[in-house]
Amino acid sequence: MTLQKVLFREALNQAMCEEMERDANVFLMGEEVGEYDGPYKVSQGMLARFGPKRVVDTPISENAFCGLGIGAAMTGLRPIVEFMSLNFSLVAFDQIVSNAAKTLYMSGGQFPVPMVMRGPGGAAAQVAAQHSNCVESYFAQVPGLKVVMPSTPYDAKGLLKTAIRDDNPVIFIENELLYGVSQEIPAEEYLIPLGQAHVRVEGSDVTLIAYSRMAHLLESGVLPELRKEGIRAELVDPRTIKPLDLEGLARSVRKTHRAVIVEEGHRFCGVGAEIADRLYSACFDDLDAPLVRVTQQENPLPYSKPLETASLPQVADVVQAVKQVLYRL
Amino acid sequence: MTPASAAPRKNAIPIHPPEQGVPLSLANLSRRLRATVEELGRERLTGMYRQMVLIRAFEQRCEQMYQQRKIAGFLHLYMGQEALAVGMLGACRADDYAVTSYRDHGIALSLGIPAKALMAELFGKVTGVSRGKGGSMHFYSKEKNLLGGHGIVGGQIPIGLGAAFRAHYLGTDQVSMIFFGDGAINQGVFHEAANMASLWRLPAIFIVENNRYGMGTAFERASSVHDLTQKAQGYAMEARQVDGMNLLECYAALREVVEVRRRNPSPILIEAKTYRYRGHSISDPATYRSKEEVEAYQRVDPLQQVRRLLGELGWLGDGAAQQLERDVRQEVLDAVAFAEESPFPEPEERSRHVYAP
Ligand SMILES: Cc1ncc(C[n+]2csc(CCOP(=O)(O)OP(=O)(O)O)c2C)c(N)n1
Ligand SMILES: [Mg+2]
Repeated sequence: MTLQKVLFREALNQAMCEEMERDANVFLMGEEVGEYDGPYKVSQGMLARFGPKRVVDTPISENAFCGLGIGAAMTGLRPIVEFMSLNFSLVAFDQIVSNAAKTLYMSGGQFPVPMVMRGPGGAAAQVAAQHSNCVESYFAQVPGLKVVMPSTPYDAKGLLKTAIRDDNPVIFIENELLYGVSQEIPAEEYLIPLGQAHVRVEGSDVTLIAYSRMAHLLESGVLPELRKEGIRAELVDPRTIKPLDLEGLARSVRKTHRAVIVEEGHRFCGVGAEIADRLYSACFDDLDAPLVRVTQQENPLPYSKPLETASLPQVADVVQAVKQVLYRL
Repeated sequence: MTPASAAPRKNAIPIHPPEQGVPLSLANLSRRLRATVEELGRERLTGMYRQMVLIRAFEQRCEQMYQQRKIAGFLHLYMGQEALAVGMLGACRADDYAVTSYRDHGIALSLGIPAKALMAELFGKVTGVSRGKGGSMHFYSKEKNLLGGHGIVGGQIPIGLGAAFRAHYLGTDQVSMIFFGDGAINQGVFHEAANMASLWRLPAIFIVENNRYGMGTAFERASSVHDLTQKAQGYAMEARQVDGMNLLECYAALREVVEVRRRNPSPILIEAKTYRYRGHSISDPATYRSKEEVEAYQRVDPLQQVRRLLGELGWLGDGAAQQLERDVRQEVLDAVAFAEESPFPEPEERSRHVYAP
């Protein structure tokens, strides 16, 4: 195996390019994906490589171009629809929920919608409430949709390739603050199945469950703090929110008997609530302490720096939660 | 990295020179604009010029403050479009409503919101117009009837429609000024709002600020029609084009439009041709357009036009103009000082205003 060092955005770019080489029905559509080389340079060079028929710049009309993607998918193409940010997918929410998610079912199985809707989600740096939505829980609620949230370039590439080959509508949520993260990944082709959690760091005292940017926060910020106190935490990244790899998460919890679930989104009906519910059912007898969730506070994300910091999960919040499940407070 | 065997060859970028009419000068002032000048008089016209200078100076300072990391997040500058906001809102009454996009600094200053309250907002301070919770894109003022700067392209259009509906519902003679971009007009919600405004004859003034670009996409690459007034026809709505670089044109057009509608409400679509001098946001180097194009617009700079006219009228000599600039500069420096000295919001502020009490 040969290794290559890539940025997160390059890993996504490779996934799309490889799948477009492999299958002429795959195309990319969205705002500024072509001539501008992508709002976050994820599609850099793709217009030059594949031409304007397959790398399509759209007007600012999310509802229409997302719906267009659904129609194209129903009739045999395999669109990758890029939202400049997942915040703007809300303009197309009806198309996604009413059409993408339900068409296969309502048509009695006649019309699959093989489509990827991707772009950055979550909070970036002080971009205020309308540009900071964590949309994963909104979409994960809807039967018919899959939701993928990679945290590393390796996962991003393997999962995006799988998502493009999937015959279902997949919401693929990236993170602006991770686009510049680099990693050595195989130069050869590989795929990662949807619905497989990954143990990022092994440990025995407590299980930490986190995805996307929160997995980074834990690995680089929380784990070193815990190590200083002699706590060996296991970090598990579900990678796909839906389908959720319950068994992968439960395996870790059965080993450590304690878990903290961290998400960037809000608490009420959050992804962590679903994970906690399933873990309680699956691991009730294995738990030595109630599960603890760390989430964003229940207010729209404010612009002002101190308020933003106070709203989003921070290292100290997770360390505190870990001590709580370990009864070390 | 796999892609880009060859980087995309940047073709020569086409130049779109300003399509505007005649720049302001006493010699070529039409009868209509001459009357406008007389109507405004020295004090008001000079006051409007001062507002334009204030917007320019305020935003130049914003750029600097961003580089010093006093301001964060997205920052979309209005420079180049000053005549539009000042002229159009100058023709409105204090009790009219206004709503706009994230490019809201010029609109907010034109409404007379103090520079210090805006700068404090940009600094994330509790003394800001939105208590530091909104930032650059989300200026709101109950006092000035500013229904927000909005971050979702086109999202403000139905909000402004709602204010127009209120006027209709209560039978007031207010109008609702709905500002949005040439990119935003392609959002479905514009078309839905236009239909309802026309159907119910609401006093909605739809103002598309056609600054030639929606982010990096030139207007012609995103719009099937190049004369946006055509879009009104499908909704049996009146429409007109205005030179958005020309303060008097903007003012005069809106005076006429608004006056009529106070007595007899109906919507209108106004396409104002304008130009933004800076990139889409502060992080956009704007490589998709040429230096020559920017320079062509700067030759019809809205501020310079008015300054020349004021000079020709003998209403603002060089000395007085320099004094005005110094005053404005001081006002902006005071705003920065105010923002700097103001406190950040207290932690409790985080959970305030999530629900009404
Ligand atoms: C629904 C939605 N889609 C995309 C964006 C990203 N975006 C922000 S501004 C912008 C361009 C808008 O251009 P225009 O309407 O012409 O306004 P201008 O910036 O020129 O004032 C885009 C694509 C957004 N904020 N909202
Ligand atoms: Mg524009």
